[in-house]
Amino acid sequence: MSATSRTDSVTPEHGVPASVPHLGVDPFSTEFFEEPHPIHEALREAGPVVWLDKWGVYGVARYAEVHAVLNDPMTFCSSRGVGLSDFAKEKAWRPQSIILEADPPAHTRTRTVLNQVLSATAMKPLRSHFTALAEAKADELLARGSFDAITDLAEAYPLSVFPDALGLKQEGRENLLPYASLVFNAFGPPNQLRQDAIERSAPHQAYVAEQCQRENLAPGGFGACIHARADAGDITHEEAPLLVRSLLSAGLDTTVYGIGAAVYCLARFPDQLAKLRSDPTLARNAFEEAIRFESPVQTFFRTTTREVELSGYRIGEGEKVLMFLGAANRDPRRWENPDSYDITRRTTGHVGFGSGIHMCVGQLVARLEGEVMLAAIARKVGKIEITGPVKRRYNNTLRGLESLPITISPA
Amino acid sequence: MPSITFVHPDGRAQRIDASNGESAMQAATRQDVNGILAECGGSAMCATCHVYVDEDWLARLPAMGDDEDALLDGAAAERQANSRLSCQIQLGADLDGLVLRLPDRQT
Ligand code: HEM
Ligand code: FES
Repeated sequence: MSATSRTDSVTPEHGVPASVPHLGVDPFSTEFFEEPHPIHEALREAGPVVWLDKWGVYGVARYAEVHAVLNDPMTFCSSRGVGLSDFAKEKAWRPQSIILEADPPAHTRTRTVLNQVLSATAMKPLRSHFTALAEAKADELLARGSFDAITDLAEAYPLSVFPDALGLKQEGRENLLPYASLVFNAFGPPNQLRQDAIERSAPHQAYVAEQCQRENLAPGGFGACIHARADAGDITHEEAPLLVRSLLSAGLDTTVYGIGAAVYCLARFPDQLAKLRSDPTLARNAFEEAIRFESPVQTFFRTTTREVELSGYRIGEGEKVLMFLGAANRDPRRWENPDSYDITRRTTGHVGFGSGIHMCVGQLVARLEGEVMLAAIARKVGKIEITGPVKRRYNNTLRGLESLPITISPA
Repeated sequence: MPSITFVHPDGRAQRIDASNGESAMQAATRQDVNGILAECGGSAMCATCHVYVDEDWLARLPAMGDDEDALLDGAAAERQANSRLSCQIQLGADLDGLVLRLPDRQT
């Protein structure tokens, strides 16, 4: 990229120090979505902190700075929104999230509840059912042979387990993916993707608001567990539906993109599929490595609560800082051979699920789905071949595919 | 600077230096101790930092909280009376020499 320039000028309204490298790239454009890695590299190499002229925000793309920002939530806050929109200046497009878009101490209370509802202990009773459905899915797809790995696998499998685990009714589930896609587009700038998504959002929003109510959530599911915590006094009865909404927003599409990323990796790197087949216990790490390698959640913003110095650069109060999780996950300063998908890599520390107090609260659900689906593939599938054009899906936050035609054959 | 020892399931002992105030999990992951996975990075939700505390040290650790107690039920390896989560063990001079045994599996 030649878009980097070091100018002497200072943007007056922001008081950007002259030494911050300016970049003209738009991380929310289709060119970026198609081919982010060279631009990620340009962002990392330009400096530890950059200024993105296109949207008037700071950016961090190196691992060290992304990690530092994620782990200083009092300086880099979430309560002013984790998208481009600053809730201190602009009304949020929907009632603000009480976990994702909250700071301590408010965040601590809601987080404690979801931590327990989605903990390792809560996953144990789900494992055998999730495994059985993953194996059934693999058998069904093997019988078909050729199919679209996005709709028929990456979407179909999470849809077969997650809405039931949450306790949702059957009717209306077709709203789930469009709603999630809307939520993740809305973190982006006011571009066409965001405008279109919000314009068409009314029916999906109405569906979601309805499903968050206690009477619509089956006993024993995550949703009912959240409402029970309101009875116990840990959260209020007004807060419970909003916490359920967080799972409806972030719990399905993310795993669709995660599983899609993993299958795309195994399809492209047959040596890694072979390794996985020879040792299916690598499935969990193969999924984790796909999260590092593809980073299905690419970006989140923070807003500064005070003037702060970051790696030698001064950032004023009230500035938006864009964190490139995907770039951090391939920073050669942190990772050996960052651009290779290696299912035996020690993935600890990747920021694909974030880091610090907001680190994904649904991570164990995601890993459970990813692990059992990849383990089923490892045991049953011998070969994966890409048999048609691979099409990318465009979203302001999520990175993944629209279509991945493959043919698989039995082991 | 406390130093602590992890004993692997095969009996191999690995001694590492830790900084005051960091957790046993942080010391272990910083120095690539295999056997401490710490998937959740210390958010107290994954139970993949499970350890068995050496009997001589058990009584010297602060009692566990209710959250840790509930989460230990989610550990992959068998829970025992001396089971703890290493992300909840804060290291200080008083724990210099701590011995933690690693379970045979974390997931
Ligand atoms: C592969 C799948 C997933 C990925 C890559 C992912 C990624 C992330 C990331 C990067 C964050 C940090 C946000 C921030 O720092 O501002 C996050 C937070 C969150 N995730 Fe996930 N996620 C996934 C699956 C899930 C699932 C399955 C659920 C629900 C069951 C979920 C619910 C949430 C919630 C509620 C938060 C906010 C946590 C907080 O603010 O404390 N996610 N996720
Ligand atoms: S690191 Fe996850 S519970 Fe200790």
